[in-house]
Amino acid sequence: MLELEHSVNAPVASEPLQERRASGLRRRIRPGETFIQILLFLCACVSIATTFSIVIVLSREALSFFTEAGVSVGQFLTGTTWRPGAGHFGVLPLVNATILTSLIAMLVALPLGLGAALYLSEYASARIRGVLKPTLELLAGIPTVVYGYFALTFVTPLLRRVLGAETVQIYNMLSAGIVVGILITPLVATLSEDALSAVPDGLRNASFGLGATRWETAIKVVFPAASSGVIAACMVAMARAMGETMVVALAAGASPNLSLNPFEPAETMTGHIARISGGDLSYGTIDYQSLFAIGLLLFGMTLLLNILSRWVVRHVREVYD
Amino acid sequence: MDSNLSQLPAASVLPEGAAMMRIIRMRRLVGGIWRRITLSCTLAGVVILLLLGFSIVNDAFGAVAVQSKVELAQLTGGRALEALSRTELLALLEANVRTRVLRALDRERPLAMRDAADLRTIVATEIIQPEIVGVYPLSDWLFRREAITTELKAQHPRAELRFRSWLSAQFLGTAMSSQALEAGIRTAILGSCWMLLLTMLIAFPLGIGAALYLEEYTSVCPFDDRSRLGRWLNHLLSRAATLIQVNIYNLAGVPSIIYGMLGLAIFVRALESLTSGRMFGMASAATANGRTILAASLTMALLVLPVVIISTQEALRAVPSSLRQASFGLGATRWQTIWRVVLPSALPGILTGAILAVSRAIGETAPLIVVGASTFILTDPSGPFSRFTVLPIQIYNWTSRPQEEFRAIAAAAIIVLLLLLLITNASAIILRNHMRVKRSSS
Repeated sequence: MLELEHSVNAPVASEPLQERRASGLRRRIRPGETFIQILLFLCACVSIATTFSIVIVLSREALSFFTEAGVSVGQFLTGTTWRPGAGHFGVLPLVNATILTSLIAMLVALPLGLGAALYLSEYASARIRGVLKPTLELLAGIPTVVYGYFALTFVTPLLRRVLGAETVQIYNMLSAGIVVGILITPLVATLSEDALSAVPDGLRNASFGLGATRWETAIKVVFPAASSGVIAACMVAMARAMGETMVVALAAGASPNLSLNPFEPAETMTGHIARISGGDLSYGTIDYQSLFAIGLLLFGMTLLLNILSRWVVRHVREVYD
Repeated sequence: MDSNLSQLPAASVLPEGAAMMRIIRMRRLVGGIWRRITLSCTLAGVVILLLLGFSIVNDAFGAVAVQSKVELAQLTGGRALEALSRTELLALLEANVRTRVLRALDRERPLAMRDAADLRTIVATEIIQPEIVGVYPLSDWLFRREAITTELKAQHPRAELRFRSWLSAQFLGTAMSSQALEAGIRTAILGSCWMLLLTMLIAFPLGIGAALYLEEYTSVCPFDDRSRLGRWLNHLLSRAATLIQVNIYNLAGVPSIIYGMLGLAIFVRALESLTSGRMFGMASAATANGRTILAASLTMALLVLPVVIISTQEALRAVPSSLRQASFGLGATRWQTIWRVVLPSALPGILTGAILAVSRAIGETAPLIVVGASTFILTDPSGPFSRFTVLPIQIYNWTSRPQEEFRAIAAAAIIVLLLLLLITNASAIILRNHMRVKRSSS
């Protein structure tokens, strides 16, 4: 059954069989070609296999965490203390720290990223763009562990000097959040700029023709037209901030702490996974399994944001011809 | 201002003359202010980059105050350590080191058989025992030298303050050490190189293959379209391609630490016999737990796979379809067309994706922590089945220590890491441009 077309002008199906055989134009089965196609298909399937393994691995360990360890899902999701040593497995402190640092990050990244995107797409001349955009991309290319170092050795001392060493502790969520914000600013900027640049120039010209200034055009015409792309960019950035590990592992502290005070140390979900698995962790223990339960939750949260962002792009987009 | 404009009833007369000019001036002013605000947002990125660079350089170079337990001049009567002969050095050791320590050293390797350089190191570590009592960043050394000198004199009168570049040939060439003054990153650099090499060997064929399938083969219906089963199978394949595409975009958004957990559960734990090399009879006692370079590379390969696939797809899409049509028209098969026509002309674009993937893999830390990179390794990695550490892991480890001197070597390691990134990017860009020139001239 497996047949490969070997040329674009394959003989049509209605042709009598006899005639085709005679002329030698029949579609030939080429084992080599078929083999290659199957091989490439398998390559493509690796990505599917990866997703499946992530889901299966996380779910399986999380399931044994919930069944064997006697921790109910409700306890896990609503418990307010995370102390594995004492048998308290309430994930809320970790989730709280993750969301708080991500929100601080968004507070930094949104104004900076959107401002940069507006400038690059609406104001900058080609030459200035050619200088500034690579600089932003350079920021995006710096390894996250370097940002972690920056948070701990530059931003935290700065915050402590400005706000007072009594209020700001050595490890704190504010410093981690700010630096994560810096880290995702290029992401917000480039994705939003792509959305803004995709708005057809006809809209801008019409607005200029009506006498609007550049800023009025940007904020009242271009921005609303690109809003779906910008919202999607924010969601992707938020997902990135929640999954960021090195900065929070270095700067946010190493003790689960349910607190809304950004000056206090608090461990995030990713930070906790990194700290616990960094030590010598033996398989099958409750500590090991609990990490996978946290991982599953984190995976679910970021996946949801990513899927939502694509849904927004597809369904909220205004289509211009 | 524009709000005034919108409040005007539609039928009313627009303001004229001076009033109109005032409104226009206001609107221009607001526009100008916002223009500056957005510009400063963009420039903030530049400022942050400069601050980052400053804080790294400031820490990586600077001054250290070293205080030794015994002064060298006191010990040797004003002669340099290098000027002493072997017998003099031995006498020094006999006189100053406790016999128990001496005997231990002798058992390691007889003292009488050691050469002068070796003996000098022993004298330095056992008798002189230099200890860091203060670490000062570059800015302090340049602008506050007086202040730190007097401060140091008050606290440690015997300490010697001198300039030190933490980034040095010795730092690059020596293995790990628990002493910041002697620590080096050779094992980490070699570990990074091994891991990158294996990652690329795994990720590139897979990624380019997947991209080729998604771009070049989704239009092909391999099954007989005349039968019902064939139609159904073809439909299934095209649905699978869509699913794979969506899945790749989702994978690109998965946090890197999740990949680490995948690697821990599958490559380290389930496939232990493969990753520890036991399957090939190559396991050593130290690596029997599967936390090897191979496990890390497999994990990293899955992590960079979406980057490779997406950028290769873009490169393939940029190849004009007239090239493919011409090749088909000459009677070439699909694979001949891909191999001889499509791939060569997409190669510069594919390389760009490769740069992105390599840069990602060089700096990624979190999954490797989870997979189980060791932080303290004294021997160089010898192959895919050895324990390993990589540069970012060392940086993480040193940064998380409270002592100032470890921050300094972390900064030096960061400079090496960034240089490594720069070299990779630059060489790939040069290679790409070279290929473009060659293709367009031929």
